[in-house]
Amino acid sequence: MKKVYLVADNVYSPLGATTTQNFEHLVNGVSGVRQHDDKALSDDLFFASLFEKVYFQTDEYCTKFEHLLIASLTETLHGVDKNISDKKTVLIISSTKGNISLLETEQAGPELDERIALHSSAKKIARHFGFVNEPIIVSHACISGLVAMITGMRLIQSGQYDHAVIAGADVISKFVLSGFQSFQAVSQGLCKPFDADRDGINLGEGAATVILSADKPTGEAIELVSGAISNDANHISGPSRTGEELYYAINKAMDAAGLKPEDIDFISAHGTATVYNDEMEAKAVTLAGLQHVPLNSLKGFYGHTLGASGLIEAIVSAQSLKQNTIIPTKGFSKQGGANPVNVCSQLISTPLNRCLKIASGFGGCNAAIILTKSQQDI
Amino acid sequence: MKNQYYISAHCSISDNIVRYNNEVVFAGTENDIPGFFLSVYQHLGVKYPKFYKMDNLAKLGWLTAEVLLKDFDKAKYQPTDIGVVLTNANSSLDADKRYYDSMQEIASPALFVYTLPNIVIGEICIRHHFKGENAFYIFDRFNADFIASYVYNLLDIRQLNVCICGWVELLGDEYKAVLFLIEKDGVMPFKTENINKIYNPTQTLSEKEGF
Repeated sequence: MKKVYLVADNVYSPLGATTTQNFEHLVNGVSGVRQHDDKALSDDLFFASLFEKVYFQTDEYCTKFEHLLIASLTETLHGVDKNISDKKTVLIISSTKGNISLLETEQAGPELDERIALHSSAKKIARHFGFVNEPIIVSHACISGLVAMITGMRLIQSGQYDHAVIAGADVISKFVLSGFQSFQAVSQGLCKPFDADRDGINLGEGAATVILSADKPTGEAIELVSGAISNDANHISGPSRTGEELYYAINKAMDAAGLKPEDIDFISAHGTATVYNDEMEAKAVTLAGLQHVPLNSLKGFYGHTLGASGLIEAIVSAQSLKQNTIIPTKGFSKQGGANPVNVCSQLISTPLNRCLKIASGFGGCNAAIILTKSQQDI
Repeated sequence: MKNQYYISAHCSISDNIVRYNNEVVFAGTENDIPGFFLSVYQHLGVKYPKFYKMDNLAKLGWLTAEVLLKDFDKAKYQPTDIGVVLTNANSSLDADKRYYDSMQEIASPALFVYTLPNIVIGEICIRHHFKGENAFYIFDRFNADFIASYVYNLLDIRQLNVCICGWVELLGDEYKAVLFLIEKDGVMPFKTENINKIYNPTQTLSEKEGF
């Protein structure tokens, strides 16, 4: 089977416009989450990681969501020699809610429905950059970003494409914020992933892009070795009580990569900071025999960026492998729960070769991918 | 030699008619979608109180899967060997609009949860205890090429042994669902041409559609 490499990436978030800027802020403990007083989004004060208002405004050409995707893609494609108008290159877009905020501002009708449709945005973006193949759109709740990467990996492994350009974004609107608030799922302060006193999520805006390729880059490279997706078949809005199904996805991804628990150097968890998500993840990680492996959640830096989160966190994990640095879990201070896992609370500098990235979402979905550092050619 | 997979069953619901393997199994007389879906549910004679809580997209997908799988022997497989790959054009926009209307008064968590297209997959998985790979993709039309090639690959690389796949679309008073059950054994080969024919029996479509 063909190997799949990460050849270029970008994280475009309130913390910065490049992966490097983002990683520097993470190393320095800088979070994008702060308190906001914005009546257009919520009657009450709320904590979230949002772009300053001057950036990414909806205009005649593009919506805020589309501008964000274009910004991340532009940064990624800059200086990359991949020919995106190649027949063997595919664009994959990941988003949960895309242009949904237009419901709040635009005149209802069939034209608006068409404008909100994710395929309309995807086609516009494909045209903007000159992709020739029809884009593929993934909308699979909070695991969308990882599903998009797994889809891209499969399309390359099967030989259908040589390169997959995968971009994800979500913006925070009243629609999204009020929904999570109605679930009583939003923290009143900064979120506390895996902490004994965790009390809910912060939401966040962001975009990310990764280019997967069958061509090995020169020098040290990060490889997407395997990935798996599962369903809890239990509840549409609550995670599995046992963590067995996420464990199944983890196990399947590790098996496909030929790895044992001791081979994994760190875990990038979903870690939304809700009581049930983090507990379920801890159970799954324990079932997989990975409870001693250093684990982090980046939600304290970015909030939950929905359809972008899997991509942002996978890219930061790849950067961690390159820099041999594990980012601590901002917001975590007190170990809690019956299933203790090894939550990183300090920056760790140590040789890193293999990472497990996991995510779970509404609809009972779970995903796991394995990233490894491939050795330099001699 | 290249492995071959088969469409072991298919079901469609559109225009007030439910078809199973091309045969009409139920025709409704109702003029409204919720009324028609309820009459299909009652026709099936199953007791599943969760059905009443679902939004229209989830009801449509759930009912189509219910008919599709009536003769499916899931005991032959592990739950993790059975997957669901669905597609549509308008995601969950129908539920999104209903949730948006509720927001003006009191935002409803019961409506918000349906503002994700993959919830229909979740409902099908809960009902039938399927735990394998699941994914929801958006295209502007039924993309037979993508489904045929992507699902073929999932089976071929043994990520799944069975896949329920197809199209579940609903917005306002327009709806259509066509689901396929893909297995190792069967008569009708799982390929673009055949799923296109089933999706749109009255039209002949070129295999080179799209792109």
